[in-house]
Amino acid sequence: MWTTPARLRAKNIIGMNRRNIRYIGRYNNRRLYPLVDDKLKTKLLAQEYGITTPALIGTVTTQFGVKHIREMLVGHAGFVIKPAKGSGGKGILVIERVEGDRYIKPSGARLSLEDVERHVSNILSGLYSLGGSPDVALVEALINFDDSFAEYTYEGVPDIRVIVFKGYPVMAMMRLSTAASDGKANLHQGAVGVGIDIASGTAIRGVQFDRTRHDHPDTGHELASLHIPGWETLLMLAAGCYEMTGLGYLGTDMVLDRAHGPMLLELNARPGLAIQMANGEGLRSRLDLIERQPDGVSAEERVVFSQHHFARSSELRETA
Amino acid sequence: MSRLPFYLIVALLLVSGAAMSIHRHVQFEVPWTPGELRQVWEIEAQVNFTANGGPAKVNMALPSSQQGYRILTEHTASPGYGLAFLEEEGGRRAEWSTREAIGDQQLYYSVQALVAPEARNTQIEPPPLRRDILWESPYDTAASQVIDRAWARSADHFTFARELIHDFTDERQGENARLLLTQFDRTPLLVRLLNQAGVPAHEVSGLMLDHGRRRQNLMSWIQVFEDQQWALFDPRTGEQGRPDDLLLWESAGQAVLEVQGGTNSRINFSMLSRNQPAAAAVRSQLADDTLLNFSIHSLPLEDQALFQTILLIPIGALVVVLLRVLVGIKTSGTFMPVLIALAFIQTTLITGLVGFLMVVAVGLVIRNYLSYLNLLLVARVTAVIITVIAIISVFSVLSYRFGLNAGLTITFFPMIILSWTIERMSILWEEEGPKQVLIQGGGSLMTAVLAYLAMNNPWIRHITFNFLGVQLMLMGLILLLGNYTGYRLLELRRFKPVTED
Repeated sequence: MWTTPARLRAKNIIGMNRRNIRYIGRYNNRRLYPLVDDKLKTKLLAQEYGITTPALIGTVTTQFGVKHIREMLVGHAGFVIKPAKGSGGKGILVIERVEGDRYIKPSGARLSLEDVERHVSNILSGLYSLGGSPDVALVEALINFDDSFAEYTYEGVPDIRVIVFKGYPVMAMMRLSTAASDGKANLHQGAVGVGIDIASGTAIRGVQFDRTRHDHPDTGHELASLHIPGWETLLMLAAGCYEMTGLGYLGTDMVLDRAHGPMLLELNARPGLAIQMANGEGLRSRLDLIERQPDGVSAEERVVFSQHHFARSSELRETA
Repeated sequence: MSRLPFYLIVALLLVSGAAMSIHRHVQFEVPWTPGELRQVWEIEAQVNFTANGGPAKVNMALPSSQQGYRILTEHTASPGYGLAFLEEEGGRRAEWSTREAIGDQQLYYSVQALVAPEARNTQIEPPPLRRDILWESPYDTAASQVIDRAWARSADHFTFARELIHDFTDERQGENARLLLTQFDRTPLLVRLLNQAGVPAHEVSGLMLDHGRRRQNLMSWIQVFEDQQWALFDPRTGEQGRPDDLLLWESAGQAVLEVQGGTNSRINFSMLSRNQPAAAAVRSQLADDTLLNFSIHSLPLEDQALFQTILLIPIGALVVVLLRVLVGIKTSGTFMPVLIALAFIQTTLITGLVGFLMVVAVGLVIRNYLSYLNLLLVARVTAVIITVIAIISVFSVLSYRFGLNAGLTITFFPMIILSWTIERMSILWEEEGPKQVLIQGGGSLMTAVLAYLAMNNPWIRHITFNFLGVQLMLMGLILLLGNYTGYRLLELRRFKPVTED
């Protein structure tokens, strides 16, 4: 049931307190938080830096505007409504397709226009935002995710989380939604986390509910062959977020679009620690190594450095 | 970035806190433990009246040492007034006087009374019997019938008094008693009847001592004499005997407060019980208010009672910090558990837990309905606040009807915090399911219970109230905890699978 601090330290695991004080507190300037806490700002900033993001259909900023949401949605088959200042995936409503006046979620649940309007109204009231402050609702085009991942996911879009420390990609994982996670990609809700090798973009190890897995629980597809196309582009995108935001310890969430390749979904200034579970390895030695590197290195060099130093071989193949 | 200044500040806080505490311990003999202490009541009387503009004179009865209590020190605060303590027959009185007073006047008198079970009564001479009692018709017949009835059922003065008062209590009130009560106030009437029957008796005023009470009034009692002995009777119930927590304020049968040159005069009392070593209690008279004697005890009593609670909040907050930083427990709202724990102190633990669970459970059901109404957030939370108030009112009335007085204390719950808790839990339920609600709700409740246990511990209460230096040490400790980068206890479980292969 319990392990010892010495064993965790041997595995280089970092805990919440260390993450908060040593990395977030030291490398993330509070002043820069609004850039990542507000998804609308992130989006505009990303466009400025040439980082691809899902297309913006529109924003709703006033309760009055809620009534016009129907017109905004006309002509869009699928869309995602999310709070600009939401956290932990809260308040994200995914509509896969529209049938008449019914809005269909990936789970098959059918919502009426009133349901959608209530959701938007809740977002504006600040129900999902940090501290309950009034918020803005973003409506984005649904991502046409790469078919090569259809076997690895249930309902939701799989996303890739890369931890970027001082601009170096240090650890990555892919989050596969499952029936247990209700199509959401949050590990604590039951999504499968797959550790990804920084060097090659292939799967290292999979976990669900903190236990090792070799296949997807719903599709039954084995995880060992999981390979992310355009991996280096994705790493470059992630590394570029350091220059874009100035945040030293950053979680970047990416998705793979069929047409546009890797896209930045959102940034997180307080990325969780579950990535260590998915990789079966702690962050500490990698972060220590990066801390010893000089500043002012270009993104390309940083990606090459990370790919060289953080290469891992898959545990899935050995056991498979 | 040097951490040296940080550690210097922490060290300074710890050292100065410890030094202040040790100084208080050595210099003022405040003990480290609440044990082997004497209980001291600090009672403050506040006299209010509206002065007419001319000379004013205020005459107030003062308590004397008596059975169970010894008077230690007295203080008054009455700027602009001359003051004299008078010894009159049977009692001490304070007399304030001024040449010119206008508008609202406030006079303060505070007294320290040591609880001393060995203290004895001073001899009190029985008051002379009043022979000049005249009744108008038809009250004369009613009075003599009431006296005759009680006389027949009694053997001596005390039993007579008891029977007489019983005839005036609600259940046994006869027609005669009711008639008399229409014309006279209860206590003076009873004294009058006793005197007419040849029983020496007079009205005295006493204060029921209850820790932390404010704005209390005196209650009247009847003192009945038989030879050199006397006994107290409660004019409301007829019960004989003196309750342990009754301090007789005026025991000579005189008025408690007389004001000349003013109107609208009233007096009320606040009180606080404090544990002091007997030696210090006696010497407290000599202790000067120096800077080093920086202590809450120099404040007026009403504020002291408030401070006693305020000084406990850092303890509750420390429990929250420990549980979150060292253990990693999730709570709904960071310091919500401390506020709940404060409410538990008023309600006691079991009543508090039951009340909390009932309010939150009913609130969740009603909040569930509100979510169908599609309201704006602020309006919805306000609706929940009103609902919570309604639930608390209903529970209070119901529990009172069923004779559970403990249920009334439910009103101590912070209602706005409860409403936000319900709102958050409800959202959590919708988004993450009931399991997360149980985890976070349970975590909050467990934190609240632990904070309550810490804050309600007699030793901790004693230390925080008597040693202000402890607050500095708490501050230092919390700063250190804010610097802790090690693992949390629950992380040892969370990350265990990583260490397995």
